[in-house]
Amino acid sequence: MSVMSSALFLAQGGGPLAPAPAPEFSIDPPALTAVWPVLIVLGAACVGVLFEAFLPRHQRWPAQVILSLLALAGAGVALATYLTDAPAGGETAIFDALVVDRPALFLWGTLLALALGSVLLIADRSVEPGGAFVATAAIRPGTVQDRAQVTATGMQTEVFPLTLFALGGMMIFCASNDLLTMFIALEVLSLPLYLMCGLARRRRLLSQEAAVKYFLLGAFASAFFLYGVALLYGYAGSVRLSEISAATAGSDRSDTLLFAGMGLLVVGLLFKASVGPFHTWTPDVYQGAPTPITAFMAACTKVAAFGGILRVLQVAFESTSWEWRGVLWGVAIVSMVIGAILGLTQTDVKRMIAYSSVAHAGFLLIGAIALTEKGLSATLFYLLTYGFTTLAAFGVVSLVRDGSGEATHLSQWAGLAKRSPLVAGVFTFILLALAGIPLTSGFVGKFVVFEAAIDDGMAPLVVVALIASAVAAFFYLRVIVLMYFSEPAADGPTVTVPGAFTTAAITLGVLVTLLLGLAPSFALDWAAGGVFAGR
Amino acid sequence: MTTTLAEGVVDASGAASAAWLLLALPALGAAVLLIGGRRTDKWGHLLGSGTVIAAFALAVVTFFGTDFAQQHNLHLWDWISVNQLVIDFGLRIDALSITFVLLITGVGSLIHIYSIGYMNHELRDRRRFFAYLNLFVSAMLLLVLGNSFVTLYFGWEGVGLASYLLIGWYQGKDFAATAAKKAFLMNRVGDVGLALAIFLMFKNFGSTQYTEVFAAVGDAPTGLIVAIGLLLLLGACGKSGQFPLQAWLPDAMAGPTPVSALIHAATMVTAGVYLIARSSPIYSLPQAADARLVVMIIGAVTILIGCVIGCAYDDFKKVLAYSTVSQIGYMILAVGLGPAGYAFGILHLITHGFFKAGLFLGAGSVMHAMNDEGDIRRLGGLWKKMPITFWTWTLGYLALIGFPFLSGFFSKDEIINAALGQEGPRGWIFGGVALLGAGLTAFYMTRLLILVFLGKARWTGLKSADGKDYHPHESPTTMTVPMIILAVGSVAGGFILSMVLPDFLVPAIGEVQETHGALSHTMVGILAVAISAIGAGIAYLIFGRSEQPVERPQRVTFAVRAARADLFGNHLNEALFARPGTWLTRALVYVDNRGVDGLVNGIAAGLGGSSGRLRRTQTGFVRSYALSMLGGSILVVAALLVVRFA
Repeated sequence: MSVMSSALFLAQGGGPLAPAPAPEFSIDPPALTAVWPVLIVLGAACVGVLFEAFLPRHQRWPAQVILSLLALAGAGVALATYLTDAPAGGETAIFDALVVDRPALFLWGTLLALALGSVLLIADRSVEPGGAFVATAAIRPGTVQDRAQVTATGMQTEVFPLTLFALGGMMIFCASNDLLTMFIALEVLSLPLYLMCGLARRRRLLSQEAAVKYFLLGAFASAFFLYGVALLYGYAGSVRLSEISAATAGSDRSDTLLFAGMGLLVVGLLFKASVGPFHTWTPDVYQGAPTPITAFMAACTKVAAFGGILRVLQVAFESTSWEWRGVLWGVAIVSMVIGAILGLTQTDVKRMIAYSSVAHAGFLLIGAIALTEKGLSATLFYLLTYGFTTLAAFGVVSLVRDGSGEATHLSQWAGLAKRSPLVAGVFTFILLALAGIPLTSGFVGKFVVFEAAIDDGMAPLVVVALIASAVAAFFYLRVIVLMYFSEPAADGPTVTVPGAFTTAAITLGVLVTLLLGLAPSFALDWAAGGVFAGR
Repeated sequence: MTTTLAEGVVDASGAASAAWLLLALPALGAAVLLIGGRRTDKWGHLLGSGTVIAAFALAVVTFFGTDFAQQHNLHLWDWISVNQLVIDFGLRIDALSITFVLLITGVGSLIHIYSIGYMNHELRDRRRFFAYLNLFVSAMLLLVLGNSFVTLYFGWEGVGLASYLLIGWYQGKDFAATAAKKAFLMNRVGDVGLALAIFLMFKNFGSTQYTEVFAAVGDAPTGLIVAIGLLLLLGACGKSGQFPLQAWLPDAMAGPTPVSALIHAATMVTAGVYLIARSSPIYSLPQAADARLVVMIIGAVTILIGCVIGCAYDDFKKVLAYSTVSQIGYMILAVGLGPAGYAFGILHLITHGFFKAGLFLGAGSVMHAMNDEGDIRRLGGLWKKMPITFWTWTLGYLALIGFPFLSGFFSKDEIINAALGQEGPRGWIFGGVALLGAGLTAFYMTRLLILVFLGKARWTGLKSADGKDYHPHESPTTMTVPMIILAVGSVAGGFILSMVLPDFLVPAIGEVQETHGALSHTMVGILAVAISAIGAGIAYLIFGRSEQPVERPQRVTFAVRAARADLFGNHLNEALFARPGTWLTRALVYVDNRGVDGLVNGIAAGLGGSSGRLRRTQTGFVRSYALSMLGGSILVVAALLVVRFA
């Protein structure tokens, strides 16, 4: 925390060119009501670390699960309580480092709910005895040492505090008031994710390779981000989003600094959101990471990253949108095309969903560059729907297994409906939602985003998006055809009967997908609750 | 406490407010029998009959418990509410609809009871048969009770479905399957007309509720009214087997005989007459004169077609079917006359419903006794073996040919009289056709009577198609009792109904407009009876006094050949609809195969190929990933700067 707070103060007054004024320790303690949800999550993460250090092994799993769930519930309650009398225009907190406005609150709520589902998936020990995570990754699965490890340690439980740290980072990320806070939050959310990717009990080499790739590329992207921040500071003399915005309005400063800085900054953000062509890590990491972690990454990281993109574009760069919007048009098209076309030939279900997420990132970017209130609320709603659908999708993927773990090759899913009609039915529904078929939330999400885009004069982009949706629908439907109309393989995978946790997570995802497909208006109203502070 | 919705229309109260039960009872029966499946085999026929009898009882209660000086509107729920299209699912209970309800549930009850006996050869599937019959009754009641054109359309399609299912009842037989398909497809042609008429109403009047449409039509331009009138007529032609869409009805006789009696004689096929009578506020407009003329022409042409073909057929039920076609022609002619004829069209519809149902049930009774033999040349002399069937059938026969003081006499005479009462040459043409039709009807019906019941028993020594001897016997009580009741109705119904029905219907379809032609009413009656007597006499001279061959004579005149070929009605349909349709389909299939599929497959192959090539960029090496990110970043930054400074 100390690194972070010093960075916050650095962000306060300026950087090396204008020495920071002395920290004002004498002022009244900051009002914390607005940020209680973040504090609860991060505090629980710290307590979780203490649990790991001091509790006997057999108590850790129940203690960590209860702690995580309580923390998420508590943060949710704090959020709801604050929401009843939150100022309409938002307020800043912790020395103006965070800004808690309506979009931030919506994103926090979404993140907390999605994290709840992810924690349920992570906590499940019935699908894979001993959980999906391993403590000592060097021990080969199925060996004597591995069995000893299972019986002795139960589950690897450091993953819970890591999850909470990542979640805390995400929440700060999408409520940052300045770029340095955003960078710190980016690292706080990324570092635990790098670790968690490498924790798979099965297929450890793949998992560890994914972790290294994610780490290397993530560091590379962070460098872009940081360089962008530096250039923008050089341009505006501040890293505060609102001050960058003010600087762009009629100044005679160097536009080279502005646009180079913005470009690099946006690249760092697009990387996290797995928007093509910065998506290259996505398929490998989604495939290699333990499936519950993939679910957490796919759902929550996407929400946080787009929360950040929305805030940066709408608050800092709105007045220069004429210059950069065309470039992001191109990025959105590239992302949709790559996701839709590369998805066609995927043979692994997790990689297929990864490419689907690249295509979805393109759709989301369309909403994000429609710089209207409608574009904002539509993108927020899309994030909510996409998060829950993806969560449920990976939940189902974790159930279909054979002797060597999850059976993710699509040929193994052939004829699944004959053996497990319920699982096949649920997965069919999720795929239809991803394809955007009516009566699912996916349809409503796409509809509102495209509507906002057309209203903001981006009809050609919407046409491309619709074509990409049609192409992408093919690979979703192909899986449905495979499950229902193919003969099951003789030694095909079995579907594990899920425990209560996984069942709850999948049910949550499917119910929200259905509910938001049938009666989306209440969630749309929430998403349209207000705009970013400082716009 | 009644609210007036429009002139003469009030909210339903009292007995009328339970009218939804009329539909719900048979619908419930159909649902239980279809969902319950084999478990209901034992008592399915009882439930099926019970629901319809209960509906009939309810209809009687409603009839006596409601004041039909007004039209009652029963709102049930908002059915469709999209933007301006608001359709209220509700019922209209008035003199017109209650008349139909009584006919449908009354005749329906009798035919359900009859079917218990008739279908006892097929115990395993009898339950499904009753389910379809219940479905039909429910849909038919919705058709006549609905308070908007869309509810009418719902019932219209519902009876179409039930008709399709029941015509194709003998699934194992090709001709039944073909007939069912033919009926369904030809009805679609008419349904398109009805649907377009409804679209026009919504487009121009903003509603499809009867009250609102009828309130708005008065000021509508002539072109619109004629268009709606003709499109409604097209719908009526499809459902009621009128020229040029009459060819499906005789083929529909492939279904079991009770179905022919209920659906294809007494009720469903008269839906077209109901449609035009219900739309009387449209057809009565002065703007609709041309549409009415077309209605009359269609009716007159159909009378002649039905009669002529009826003279040539040797199939018991098909002769009756063409008789139905021509009798509905009379009704269409009557409602085409406008206010002068609506009431008489409905009157003839009701009396026809009784005697034609009775005639069909008699035919079914004969076929039941004769191993399903329907060729009248292989029958004969059955009156001794089946006395009840013979006498009830004869009463129905006399009623149909207009024997004095039986029901057909009253209803048909009124139509002929009204047709003759038209001004100028129209009166002579339409009246003449109607009179000629009466003569022809007497001819072919007498031929039928002689060949089936009188004369020599030609079936002795023959074997039926399945190789059995014929052992004719009288039918069981469940079959004879409905026949007796219908025969009584055929005898007495016409007199009573002709006294009360036209006045009773006034609130629904308006006053009867008196007509005064060149001939007095009495003269017309005498003339019609005389012409019928001549027709029957000629038939006796030809068929009654000489032996008829068992085999069908092949050396016949062109006129007979043409009549045997349905006056080339099928050829006409083939040339008008089927062949252009086939050509169009072939052309479309060609375009689809070569053009659309080529394009689609080409795009799919292109996408798949590019996917395969792009996939190779995903090498799995971090270095190439980092390179692609770097390339992308340079592009983004460069593009931003170019946009800014270019």
